[in-house]
Amino acid sequence: MSDVKLSTDEVAKVASLARLDLSDKKKELFAGQLNNILSYMDKLNEIDTKDVEPMFSPVEHTTVLRKDVIIKEHTRDEILANAPDSDGQYFVVPRIV
Amino acid sequence: MVQFETVIGLEVHAQLKTNTKIFCGCSTQFGKEPNENVCEVCSGMPGVLPVLNEKVMEYAAKMGLATNCIINKKSIFARKNYFYPDLPKGYQISQFELPICEHGHLNISYEDKSGEPCKKRIGVTRIHMEEDAGKNIHSVAENASFVDLNRTGVPLIEIVSEPDMRNAEEAVAYLKSLRSILLYLDICDGNLEEGSFRCDVNISVRPFGQEEFGTRAELKNINSFRNVHKAIHYEVARQIDLIEDGEKIIQETRLYDADKGTTHSMRGKADAHDYRYFPDPDLVPLVIADEWLAEWQAAQPELPAERKVRFEEDFKISEDDADFLTAEKDIADYYEAVLDSYNEPKKVANWIKGDFMKELNQSEVGLSECKFKPEMMATLVEMVDKDVISNKIGKDIFNEIFTAGLDPAKFVKDKGLEQNSDSSSLEAAVDKVLADNPNEVEAYKGGKKKLVSFFMGQVMKETKGQANPGIVSKMIQQKLS
Repeated sequence: MSDVKLSTDEVAKVASLARLDLSDKKKELFAGQLNNILSYMDKLNEIDTKDVEPMFSPVEHTTVLRKDVIIKEHTRDEILANAPDSDGQYFVVPRIV
Repeated sequence: MVQFETVIGLEVHAQLKTNTKIFCGCSTQFGKEPNENVCEVCSGMPGVLPVLNEKVMEYAAKMGLATNCIINKKSIFARKNYFYPDLPKGYQISQFELPICEHGHLNISYEDKSGEPCKKRIGVTRIHMEEDAGKNIHSVAENASFVDLNRTGVPLIEIVSEPDMRNAEEAVAYLKSLRSILLYLDICDGNLEEGSFRCDVNISVRPFGQEEFGTRAELKNINSFRNVHKAIHYEVARQIDLIEDGEKIIQETRLYDADKGTTHSMRGKADAHDYRYFPDPDLVPLVIADEWLAEWQAAQPELPAERKVRFEEDFKISEDDADFLTAEKDIADYYEAVLDSYNEPKKVANWIKGDFMKELNQSEVGLSECKFKPEMMATLVEMVDKDVISNKIGKDIFNEIFTAGLDPAKFVKDKGLEQNSDSSSLEAAVDKVLADNPNEVEAYKGGKKKLVSFFMGQVMKETKGQANPGIVSKMIQQKLS
């Protein structure tokens, strides 16, 4: 690879921020793939976009709004039922502090 | 020795008074059972889509208008990524590029350390919309954390200032001014203790004359204006000490400890601030129609600064009084309601600033629950003004009638507290006091004219404070001349 933009260390950092546990082999694999993508971005960067408005989303419609009206469709039990652990009132997770 | 300058920027999170959350129809009602106000959207179930509450857009724009911001015609939402159990999706929906409001300012007036009145313009960098996080309870005994998502998705606006403030007085004045505007707009209840108005203080120091900023610390967990003041003073001293000892300031988040009056490092993970913002593909861009903006602009209520000017002009009261009376919307409303019944602006202002505020602060209930209605206040001021009761009696009975919400006219009548202007009975009291104090009478005649206030005091005592002071004073002087 002539044009390395992302080191395996940086891949490891991004992975840890995303709570992903990657083997060294995977880190190298993804570094390669990500570098290919970044190289392609360089290609796109060759185009002059000075007068082009940035597009944040390919979806063309805008301004989807909701009225400020209360809707309750599910009971607490139904919501808590989806959690790995709960005590009937709270979601229970491994202690964090 | 090097003199240092403090530089302060503030981030305020204001909870908006909507019925429902920012991206789903769950109620925002405070104090419900844990996880009662939770649905598939705000609990972060896979495949759900957030939809913006139109009131959140309206309230954010109104705050922008009130702080002289440009309202961006187009704004977008972003994901701020971090892992914490109070944030079930693993990201907070916020705004990063293209927030709804930018480039505003606020004019503040305050007294500096020496009590000098000062004015300053503080820049408002941006106002953006975002969702609040939930609450965790940690149990060592059970080795678990318990998560309540009722607050998850409650709408917030974050108001970010420019680093324009140079001391604690300016910071507190700015915060009070923001809070006051939020209350006038009726879009936030402004409660610091309950966390519906939260402020983070970014603070650094630099040698006077230095252009670039020093390394800043961000202070969190400050829940009163007084503590903002204390936290800033502590942090400035801490940073100057470090620099003078040749040490480096670390850019970090520090928590304020109200009991100790100190700040301490949050022992943050090194990458806690690596949020990897990107545009949220679940939300389409928000485009604000010109008609909406015109409508909101037209519906803006009178704001504190405008009301202050009106009070000064219409009621001919001092700038200080107008400032005080308009800072809180409900106080200003109360004042005007009293004037509706008794139109003596200066006298009413004095009573409100004095005894009324003292009792209100001590009673620890808001003005909305206060039993002492504006008409009662008007009656009291009028009775004192028209010599029905003395000023002293007015002050003496104030606590009782304020607390129980009693009609002052009836109370005074029932207790027989009317001022005594009947010269024959007053004369008897004056004669008795003069007869009882022959030494003082002698001294007065010998030239100690100041003793007139002693005699006044004695007559007041004799008449249980009900004597008309004007008549008594004249009477004493006549009798001793």
